[in-house]
Amino acid sequence: MAISGIFLIIFLLQHFIINITSVFSESIFNQFSHFMGTNFVVQFIAQPILILGVVFHFVMGFVLDFKNRTSRKIKYVKYKGDANASWMSRNMIISGLVVLSFLGLHFYDFWIPEMNYKYVEFLPDDPNRYYDELTHKFEDLTKVVIYVISFGFLSLHLLHGFSSSFQSLGLNKYNFLIKIIANIYAIGIPLGFSFIAIFHYLNS
Amino acid sequence: MRLKLKIWRQKNSQEKGEMVSYNIEDISPDMSFLEMMDVLNEQLTLKGVDPVAFDHDCREGICGSCSMFINGEAHGPDRLVTTCQLHMRKFKDGDTIYIEPFRANTFPVIKDLVVDRSAFDRIQHAGGYISINTSGNTQDANAIPIEKNSADKAFDAATCIGCGACVATCKNSSAMLFVSAKVSQFSLLPQGKVEANERVLNMVKQMDEEGFGNCTNTGACEVECPKGISLENIARMNRDFIKAKISK
Repeated sequence: MAISGIFLIIFLLQHFIINITSVFSESIFNQFSHFMGTNFVVQFIAQPILILGVVFHFVMGFVLDFKNRTSRKIKYVKYKGDANASWMSRNMIISGLVVLSFLGLHFYDFWIPEMNYKYVEFLPDDPNRYYDELTHKFEDLTKVVIYVISFGFLSLHLLHGFSSSFQSLGLNKYNFLIKIIANIYAIGIPLGFSFIAIFHYLNS
Repeated sequence: MRLKLKIWRQKNSQEKGEMVSYNIEDISPDMSFLEMMDVLNEQLTLKGVDPVAFDHDCREGICGSCSMFINGEAHGPDRLVTTCQLHMRKFKDGDTIYIEPFRANTFPVIKDLVVDRSAFDRIQHAGGYISINTSGNTQDANAIPIEKNSADKAFDAATCIGCGACVATCKNSSAMLFVSAKVSQFSLLPQGKVEANERVLNMVKQMDEEGFGNCTNTGACEVECPKGISLENIARMNRDFIKAKISK
């Protein structure tokens, strides 16, 4: 869980860096997107590894949650979980399920049309199509609201998951620093993604 | 103080248990929680009712015997204390107090509030020691220089009394805090480093075989631990475990 989590955290940062360019420059965003969408290593090596990483992370999450739920068959009559642990740490399965559902929508919006364009219909290469495709998706307010709520749950997931990954790997030598970076990342990145969605909606 | 107690009663490990209500009066705020239980048991005995079975021994917070889950928290609402060191002044007159045994599949109930914590003993047997030849040529421990920081951390880990509050508190019933304390108290010292790899692998293997849940780093164990055992021990054990696996 920890290794796949850190892998996805790095991927998310890279995804954000590319997406935030859409706010500043249409051409830079198109250049980045065209590179990512046509580069052989990205498409046929990095992309399958990423998909495997995502599948591994959520399947292991389900397995872990099931095993842990069944480790106490007789439950307490009174259990004060909030007295000693954060909501985020106790409900990773809930925030994770919301993020997983969001991934389904995100794939439907972007990944499936992209695969269809390139590998099913074999449409001609157009390096300038990406910006319009992105902004077109955020013309719908309902979708923007769903995206923003999902990013909120992503933030909750990361607020525990980021530092937890390092703890699980025993890499907590600079624990205080890790927690600061984790909190900045966990709030900053989802906030940034929400900003991108709202920005394009307001400019549509 | 006048209190309403809701206590888990279970005749033995085979029969099903249930929460039973008792009213108790004239409880002094200066009593310890176990003294309050003693008063209840005296009253029950006089009425001819089977007294509530609960574990206790030293009653000064060092043996780790008392193991009650009080109002949803291991050892009750106070911090850094065992049940025997919890005082009734932490409650208000008229309160309803829920008293349950430490719950986990690995801690089966023997009777009422008494649970079988022998899974911890088996984990200890798997490696919670150092093998030193005591045939007369043992080196004086004081002759081995140990860095102050390491000595302090080893000592802090060694203060774990094995009460099981970490398992009882953890939503996953994980024993990582206990095992990591028992691993760390040796792995931080030169005498314990010799068998460090073997120890961590064997103790973690035994922990898994016992059926404890997995650690998801909620940190609840550290908060509820009566000895304040740090989560740092879990990270250290994870690190030691990965190193031992690689070097195997």
